[in-house]
Amino acid sequence: MNVITVPSSLDDQTFEQVLEQLALLPPDARVLFDARFTTWGSPFGLTSLLTLAQTFTTKPQLIVPEKDDTVSYWARARFFEYAADLFEISGKFPAARAERESGTLLEITPVSRSDDVHTVVERIKDKAAHIITQNLHLESRAVLGFAMTLSEACQNIVEHAGRGGWVAVQNYNWKKRLGRHVVQIAVCDAGMGIRASLESGNRRPLTERWDDGLALETAVIQGTSRFPDHGRGQGFKGIRGYLNKWQGKLTVRSGTARVTMVQPWDEDVPRRDGLSHMPGTQLLIVIPEKVEK
Amino acid sequence: MTPHTIDVCAVLRSAVNQNYGNLLTRDTGMAVRHQIERELAAHREGGITSLDFSSIGMMDYSCADEVVAKLLVLLQNDDITRGGYVVFRGIGDEHLELVESVLTHHGLALVCLCEDGIPRLIGKVSDAERRAWDMVRLRGRAVPADLADEFGFGEEIVARVLDDLSRRRLIRRGTDAFQALDAGDLVQ
Repeated sequence: MNVITVPSSLDDQTFEQVLEQLALLPPDARVLFDARFTTWGSPFGLTSLLTLAQTFTTKPQLIVPEKDDTVSYWARARFFEYAADLFEISGKFPAARAERESGTLLEITPVSRSDDVHTVVERIKDKAAHIITQNLHLESRAVLGFAMTLSEACQNIVEHAGRGGWVAVQNYNWKKRLGRHVVQIAVCDAGMGIRASLESGNRRPLTERWDDGLALETAVIQGTSRFPDHGRGQGFKGIRGYLNKWQGKLTVRSGTARVTMVQPWDEDVPRRDGLSHMPGTQLLIVIPEKVEK
Repeated sequence: MTPHTIDVCAVLRSAVNQNYGNLLTRDTGMAVRHQIERELAAHREGGITSLDFSSIGMMDYSCADEVVAKLLVLLQNDDITRGGYVVFRGIGDEHLELVESVLTHHGLALVCLCEDGIPRLIGKVSDAERRAWDMVRLRGRAVPADLADEFGFGEEIVARVLDDLSRRRLIRRGTDAFQALDAGDLVQ
């Protein structure tokens, strides 16, 4: 059995450590994810872990976190509800209850059809309106843009992935890290990924250099879709426009690359190539609280 | 002419069989547009239809692209002598930016009756088109000769601009003059 150590804090940055460990193994290796010492998981971390498990031909094992708070949060986030089908789980975890974590806008929710997108937006709209205006101090018109962003992000799974994925939305008070509240949206799938999606529609640019990074820029920055229809590709353009208005961050990872729309409050880099391979597309949006200059 | 109104929210509920009043997802937009197309087909022959968005909650780009942009492309490609005209109503300020972005992406424009009751041109139009459109709107109806002096160019150029506007379904080509889409019965 090959043991993959899940980082103590599992987010979009540290998830790379999981992939780096996996990259050393043959594709058919039996894998055990050891999350005993994991104490925190972001929406991106948890949805990506589910997504990753989908890609195994033999069910991987998962040892749940030892810390009660952590395992309880993962249960309330409905992680185990979906993990039970994808992992052989070792360790105790509580059943998901109806009550919500105070900062949870949307527990981990599967997305595979257009109807799921409607359900997600409808479920989240009232609480999102409250958090966007009260915690993030954005104008009320930002609420509709938030719904649009969530809808377009989820539609990428429906339109392009070729298999279902998950979405989760959480509000945090990043007191130490940023000194303000943020809302995080994670939308992850293990589908064909952006490069294969563009190739499937013969939408690869006429260039000799072609890799996951260029495919990401073609789709996310230039708004090219696998569909030749001129109206396609406006979703990412709309998301970027909304996030630019409110200093929001967008990160899209696909294959071996990730592109990020970096904001002044953030220290991320615009593009990273040569990462360990992960099937599908994983998207992270962070919308920060507005602060007066 | 009797005004014909299509309540987009009612179409949405019937087309996708759900209670949400949100124009979200491309699939939904496609279903809504197909139903609107069927309703419009029954009211063609130069008639004006008001598409009422006032009960719509949320909207995204993909759905707006299907419901607004593709519908306009279809109308513009129709035979000018028999196609219908559409005036959009109830697009709130909160959706205006999104709709305008979708229209600009396609180089399209529409006539929108805003909350103040004044018709506006939304989307991509040239300065000349906007000026000519305003002149026709203020007069209600006009022929190129009526506008040539104020427009500052010859009658021939005005005629060409008005032709373009009618081809884009932003004014109506009548038997003896061009008419504003808000003329008469559509303005409440």
